[in-house]
Amino acid sequence: MAEFLQFLFAGLTSGAIYALVALGFTLIYSSSHVINFAQGEFVMLGGLATVGLLAAGVPLLPAALLAIVLTAAAGIALEKLAIEPARNAAVVTLIIITIGASILLRGAAQLIWGKDYHRLPAFTGETPLEIGGATLLPQSLWVIGVTILIVLGLRWFFGRTLLGKAVLATSHNRLAAQLVGIDIGFVLLLSYGLSAALGALAGILIAPITLTSYTVGTMLGLKGFCAAIVGGLGSGAGAVVGGLVVGLAEAMATGYVSSAYKDAVAFVIILVVLVFMPSGLFGRRGTDRV
Amino acid sequence: MTQRTVIAAALAAALGLAAGAAQAQGQGPIKIGSFLAVTGGASFLGDPEAKTLRLYVERINKSGGVLGRQLQLIVHDSAGDAKQAATFAKRLIEDDKVDILIGGSTTGETMAIVKMVDEAELPFLSLGGASVIVEPVKERKWVFKTPHSDRLAVQKVYVDMKARGLTAVAIIAGSGGFDQSCRKNAQELAPTMGMRVVADETYAPTDTDVTPQLTKIKNAAGVQAVLGCGFGGITSITAKNYKQLAMTQPFYFNHGVGSKQFITGAAGGAEGIRLPAAALLVAADLPDSDPQKKPALEYAAAYKAAFNEDISTFGGHALDALLIAVDAFKRAGSTDKKKVRDAIESTKGLIGVDGIFTFSAADHNGLDEASFKMVVVQNGEFRLLK
Repeated sequence: MAEFLQFLFAGLTSGAIYALVALGFTLIYSSSHVINFAQGEFVMLGGLATVGLLAAGVPLLPAALLAIVLTAAAGIALEKLAIEPARNAAVVTLIIITIGASILLRGAAQLIWGKDYHRLPAFTGETPLEIGGATLLPQSLWVIGVTILIVLGLRWFFGRTLLGKAVLATSHNRLAAQLVGIDIGFVLLLSYGLSAALGALAGILIAPITLTSYTVGTMLGLKGFCAAIVGGLGSGAGAVVGGLVVGLAEAMATGYVSSAYKDAVAFVIILVVLVFMPSGLFGRRGTDRV
Repeated sequence: MTQRTVIAAALAAALGLAAGAAQAQGQGPIKIGSFLAVTGGASFLGDPEAKTLRLYVERINKSGGVLGRQLQLIVHDSAGDAKQAATFAKRLIEDDKVDILIGGSTTGETMAIVKMVDEAELPFLSLGGASVIVEPVKERKWVFKTPHSDRLAVQKVYVDMKARGLTAVAIIAGSGGFDQSCRKNAQELAPTMGMRVVADETYAPTDTDVTPQLTKIKNAAGVQAVLGCGFGGITSITAKNYKQLAMTQPFYFNHGVGSKQFITGAAGGAEGIRLPAAALLVAADLPDSDPQKKPALEYAAAYKAAFNEDISTFGGHALDALLIAVDAFKRAGSTDKKKVRDAIESTKGLIGVDGIFTFSAADHNGLDEASFKMVVVQNGEFRLLK
């Protein structure tokens, strides 16, 4: 039982991390159907900027807030300088632009913070909590808790606020949204800024667990993308469930089958989901009029 | 023209004259070609290696060069990719016509070009870890390497375990080449050294959590000691998870974790972990009679002064390769490739920071077990195990 609990905690921790990253994909996808492959780099920027500010003597909380603002600015700059000038291009072109942006951000981070890996101190200590013979780091609870808060926050934003509905309207039909007076440019700017801020928050929360370096975004972006696909792109709840499914499956496979097959698990899940539920667990079934 | 540009122009002109004079006697610079993983996942190897080479080539040139000629260093960034390494090596050999190759931060990069240097008949000093780089030595006529072989590392760990009466070992290894080579050595050496491998787990270098693997080891019957095979950030996470699970067996790592980052990243989880490492890592702890103490301390001070970073054992591999090359050029009296190769093979008692090198036709690594020190992490520092 203790063994199962330990696998469960490991799965929940990784799952919550993947979910947090997946949520960032959701926002931009919701507004523009673009999959932002620089999302992992936003996560990296948040963590590294906080490390840098801490080293400069800023206390943790202001450093974290400042890092989130800086990353949001990077997100807005990405939209303004790279996405907006290409606004009439196909979605695929925009996606390729985000890949370019991810390489640029990675290179810049390497120049600014070097190639070493860094660690943030855990928010509430490193002493593991013992539950039923298994152990859990307090930082994992932070990750899980904040993930839940963000999902609720996004739900409120998209369901209850005019701005959130404007974002959704833009995603459904850009022309119609424009006709009813929605400022499309602003909505896009907002979604990039918000999703960069989300990514940065994720990066700060997970840095005490996973460590951070200029390359950390690649892997986290990939796993987060898996989670977003499994959950159904564009759905907040889907991103969380997707993340947890991938994380738990990996941990259980490692524990009960063999650690050698761990990385295959995420991809097998994606294949199964895409074959049987092409729009993901929570995605809207898309229909095209011909 | 500002004053600075005038000076720069004058300097350039003077250098040009000097170079011209040297070339007039058929004495251009001695070309050292290098390809290293300066960026990418293995940059913690390639970055200090490239910095060390630049620093010491500059120093050697300032003190008059080698054989009266200046050294010219050409470094390419392979990003740890074997294919790029091969491309750059080809360019160095064919276009730049280098006199010697130093490089390949990883085993993968090195193995991609061993055939090439054999055909080009060019001496090559590798910085890769695995023993396969110089074995079988008959097929590696032109290939030498400076880092300790990973087989030696495992041997050293097993000897220490046995001295503490621990004979049942669990392995936790990454899926990368270096990690798996260590794991393979650990499995092969176990029966010959009276050890038993009772658990064997793997993780991916990009994992964020290894508690499931460690839980399995924790619950496996009869584990007396654990050996970690790997390098980079994931080793810190492993040490942290080990502490989180409150595992009590003595924990060993191979020499891949010989940098300060491992300790700071593990947030206290590294305390008490033992590993084999070059003397460089614990130079201050060595007795004054140890011939390696002085060069190791000098290198550490020079590196810190130039880059304001702590040394890692990896930069030391590059320094030793450069020293061996320079020594060979001097003894060969020329840059004739055949003579330089023979000179490297007859290197005797050369004191480097990795150890004391004595190459022979049967040994292209040149280090013995004594060059490896057992090190323990104490109060956040690497200390010599006494």
